[in-house]
Amino acid sequence: MIEIKGLTKRFGKKPVVEDVSVTIEPGTITSFIGPNGAGKSTLLSMVSRLLDADTGEVLLDKGNVKKWKSSEFAKRVSILKQANFINVRLTVRELVAFGRYPYSKGRLSTEDEKFVDQALGYMNLIEMQDKLLDELSGGQKQRAFIAMVIAQDTDYVLLDEPLNNLDMKHSVQIMKILRKLVDDLGKTVVIVLHDINFASVYSDRIVALKNGRLVKNGPTNEIINSDALREIYDMEIPIQEQNGCRICVYFNSHA
Amino acid sequence: MRKNSTKLIILAVIAIICILLYGFYDIKGGFDYAFPRRMIRVAAMVVTGIAIAYSTVVFQTITHNRILTPSVMGLDSMYEVVQTLIYFFAGSMSVWVLNKYLNFGSAILAMVLFALVLYRFLFRADKHPIYLLLLIGMIIGTLLGSLVTFLQVLIDPVEYLSLQNRLFASFSNVKADLLYISIGILLIAFIYGYFLMDKLDVMSLGRENAMNLGVNYDRMVMKILILSSVLIATSTALVGPITFFGLIVANLSYQYLITYKHTTLILGASLIGIIALVGGQFLVEHIFELRTTLSVIINFVGGIYFIYLLLKESRAAG
Repeated sequence: MIEIKGLTKRFGKKPVVEDVSVTIEPGTITSFIGPNGAGKSTLLSMVSRLLDADTGEVLLDKGNVKKWKSSEFAKRVSILKQANFINVRLTVRELVAFGRYPYSKGRLSTEDEKFVDQALGYMNLIEMQDKLLDELSGGQKQRAFIAMVIAQDTDYVLLDEPLNNLDMKHSVQIMKILRKLVDDLGKTVVIVLHDINFASVYSDRIVALKNGRLVKNGPTNEIINSDALREIYDMEIPIQEQNGCRICVYFNSHA
Repeated sequence: MRKNSTKLIILAVIAIICILLYGFYDIKGGFDYAFPRRMIRVAAMVVTGIAIAYSTVVFQTITHNRILTPSVMGLDSMYEVVQTLIYFFAGSMSVWVLNKYLNFGSAILAMVLFALVLYRFLFRADKHPIYLLLLIGMIIGTLLGSLVTFLQVLIDPVEYLSLQNRLFASFSNVKADLLYISIGILLIAFIYGYFLMDKLDVMSLGRENAMNLGVNYDRMVMKILILSSVLIATSTALVGPITFFGLIVANLSYQYLITYKHTTLILGASLIGIIALVGGQFLVEHIFELRTTLSVIINFVGGIYFIYLLLKESRAAG
């Protein structure tokens, strides 16, 4: 279980995340939503130890994440950030194999290779596994990076806007894969999403931030309603039900 | 992978040919006199080639760029600054000069500190455009160079001659005793570096991805900066600064051996370094008949290659 307790982060004097406390339920997809600059990515970075919090703490299995050994932490929690610029020449398979580094330390066992094959298969990358990353489109590259964290085989998978650069087909594909990771393999996924409808359709729980503060936290069906969304986005957002999914129709709303 | 090992063997064969050619070609007069002298020079060139190649490749990995090198950022000018400061304040007869270990150690310490400061302010944020970094590097280099000149003008002329003798190291004027220290340092650096290689591979994925995979990034950066500074200090003390050399060998290695594996890249860059130095010195001595020096040629070729890389980079960015 990951517990976030009273987390605050300031950049200069400006608080980006202020006194946020959330518990991430194991075996769920939790979406972080909120307007631009709400502090979603910063919060995710602190949970995954990429950033140090100013005050507050993050607990993984009751132990402060800062006290975890780096190599052990990497076997439990993985994080993928938005911008992934790499200037070495890597093939897709080599990148995905890096996901096994916490276990293999660079020397892949047959078991590691199995995880790599599986992750490549999950993300539909088998045919292009020997292509160099710089030959790929933005979306294909993004899928390769997601395959890397899947190969890492951690209990917790944190993703910072993984649907950036992806077309509708691949966005849906990735959300379905994340659902499978949770439902079939019992993983816990925490994901920062901009498209509120993906959050509505695929996540179990939603955490909403605004100006660095937690405004809503609960099961998806409690958050996806016009009243709650007005509070989060300052927008009138009508909701329509479609095959049991709640879709937010915000495209021509009055801001 | 097999293709890369073939490429490395080809490089190794060329390097050996260069060494043999340099060692045995056209020995006139006493073999017993000329051969050992040539071999000392070859040893110095091999040590330098490896030290610069190694330090440049690892430096470029932690700074995530392929244009800036420790030399371009002014790290080897720092060596001159330290030596000049020592002569200026302590004098040529002080323990700081006479004790080689103390002298070398203080130079390395200053260079490591300089590298850490550079890293903190320039590379940590990861956001500065490469041209700005380059400009800053050039300015720092010029500043340090001017500082050195200024102090040298004030120094007693006799002291200055002794200082000049220390700073104007070259391949034709290798100090054998320093060579043994350098080989020792290089061996230690190799053993130390061997355990960092797999982490370096991961670090080429960037800070966040490397941390995700359990690499303690900031501590690794510290280790690499120290390693890189020690190697540059070694080569600068041995043969003096060769600004563009690291840039050439590292980039040729990236281009020739398409891989992310640092063991392969460093081995390749080192072999290319040995070929360039020993082969180049052979050309200088036997074709150009010492009418020019190797560092002039290297900086000429390296400068052109540097401009080519800059243009390529700007085209890729635009």
